[in-house]
Amino acid sequence: MSIVLENVSKRFDNDPETLTDISAEIQTGEFFVIVGPSGSGKSTLLRMIAGLGSISGGEIKINGRVVNDLAPKDRKLSMVFQSYALYPFLNVWNNVAFGLNARKIAKVDIKDRVAKALDMVGLTEFKDRKPRELSGGQRQRVALARAVADDSNICLMDEPLSNLDAQLRIKMRQEIYNLQRKLGLTLIYVTHDQVEAMTMADHIMVLNDRQVQQIGTPSEIYQEPANEFVAQFFGTPQINLLPAVKTAGSQTSLDITADFALNLNQTIPATEVKVGIRPNDLTIADSSELNANAVVDNIEYLGDETIVYATLNSGTAVRVLVDGQANFRSYQPVQIGASGKVMLFDSKGQRLHLTKEAMSYA
Amino acid sequence: MTFTKQSPWQKTLSYAALIILTIVVLGPFLIGLWTSFLPTMDIAKGNFFSTALSFNNYISAFTKTPILRYLGNSLLISTVTMFAQLFFCSMAAYAFVFLKFKFRNLLFGLFLVTMMLPFEAEIIPNFQTVKSLGLLNGYGVMIIPFLTSAFGVFMLRQSFKQMPAELKEAADIEGLNHFQFYGKIVLPYNRISLLTLAAYSFLGSWNEYLWPMLTTFSNNFRPIQNGLRQLQSEETFNDWGMIQASAAIVVIPTLIVLFVGQHYFKSGMNEGAVK
Repeated sequence: MSIVLENVSKRFDNDPETLTDISAEIQTGEFFVIVGPSGSGKSTLLRMIAGLGSISGGEIKINGRVVNDLAPKDRKLSMVFQSYALYPFLNVWNNVAFGLNARKIAKVDIKDRVAKALDMVGLTEFKDRKPRELSGGQRQRVALARAVADDSNICLMDEPLSNLDAQLRIKMRQEIYNLQRKLGLTLIYVTHDQVEAMTMADHIMVLNDRQVQQIGTPSEIYQEPANEFVAQFFGTPQINLLPAVKTAGSQTSLDITADFALNLNQTIPATEVKVGIRPNDLTIADSSELNANAVVDNIEYLGDETIVYATLNSGTAVRVLVDGQANFRSYQPVQIGASGKVMLFDSKGQRLHLTKEAMSYA
Repeated sequence: MTFTKQSPWQKTLSYAALIILTIVVLGPFLIGLWTSFLPTMDIAKGNFFSTALSFNNYISAFTKTPILRYLGNSLLISTVTMFAQLFFCSMAAYAFVFLKFKFRNLLFGLFLVTMMLPFEAEIIPNFQTVKSLGLLNGYGVMIIPFLTSAFGVFMLRQSFKQMPAELKEAADIEGLNHFQFYGKIVLPYNRISLLTLAAYSFLGSWNEYLWPMLTTFSNNFRPIQNGLRQLQSEETFNDWGMIQASAAIVVIPTLIVLFVGQHYFKSGMNEGAVK
């Protein structure tokens, strides 16, 4: 059940293109997450795969067959909507059985499959309730059961967790993941939440500005972002992107500010770059006012770690993640340094390719 | 809005106003009901507080006049009209909401225009039409012109349009065709609107007076409202008690529809579809 997107594009009447040149290959049994900020066209793309929206250019293939002009039902897939789309006048059992009934499947089979699906999402005892008598999480499970009862092996989900509260979202995230693994579903999952993408996906497609920014495994996306956007989108607190110039007379050193230099383990291929440093790769230390290169603005205590917000003398804001309860206060002069992994981006925001991983040392 | 506690004086005043309004609204109805139990002689003498209450008026209404026939005619006409309107209006509304075709909105606009013409203005052309079709003095003449209604289409279209788009998309993925979607999702989802339209069209047809008066000439087809009028002029001496009793009988279906309807017109039946 592999799905292949080839140079897919979408244009609504008279508008500039919403999606340009989207290509990807989704393997059978894969948990594939499409992530991007709102308005990036991720739902549009999902609807095109489902057949609910037309394809303006390119090809979508399911199992080697071009499906561009195929009706949704002939694509043999199921879908879970953000709003669940349950039938309010049917009870849970009939909601799950609805699609099977419509396709005239044998009654015995239907009974079997619905019972199994309800069991899988733990709703067997609620089978006679109407959707309005269920909580948000239970409604979500009905929608999942409906997708599972269907024997199509491709399942599309459009932000299925965005209407749930934070606790329930984490729980349902695990349930969806377990379900996908257990049934070997090819699952395409759309979300704007980078945490959902990171925790569940086999592969992530990052969409922004009408285009694919990067496709990769969660660790590739996090460790080796292709550009500034991807680097900023993943990871909380956000990565620090600091403009820097090559230190005069040195091939391996960068000046972020006059009093904040970075020594790298290799030659730097451009004179003006942006340095990306994850907040936990920055160091922060109390300092006398004379030696300080930054001032603390604000601190957020998270329990086992603390985020320190500071402003460099150049005026650039930085975020530093410190283990435990850090003892800083606002307006305190500090010395900020970097030791660990850094990423270099060119002036257009693209990642600079280096021969080996860039490390800075103090 | 803030709720402040009313002083006893204010309370008395608002209740007094409410009671007066109740009397004004319910008064004629109760007087009518009361007189239907009085002998006609007492009514004629103006003796409204007579104690000679009986069901005699009702008995004579059923035995001496063709009121049963009238009721039967009305029931038949109203029921057929109601089901026809539900069927045709929902089909038309479905087309206006879920089918995409050229000039859809223009056509709907034209449809609405017919709603703005009062029925009285259409009577002469309609009469000419049914006359040349040879439909006069029959059930058909009172049903066929009312098989569909622009208002019904308009009302159901509004209701269909408010269905969440995801339900249609989910149905598309499940592979439902238009008739399945119409029958299995649209109709049950909009059952409140359909019930409202059913009550509206049944009562509208039941209370129709002008059109049947123009197009029927015999007791065989005459509906109840016109029959009631007939009772009055057929006798030289008007048996008011009996006429009142007949009027009370005529109101019964309206009351049934209202009381039964109330049970169904609860809101919140469609909760839980989305979110």
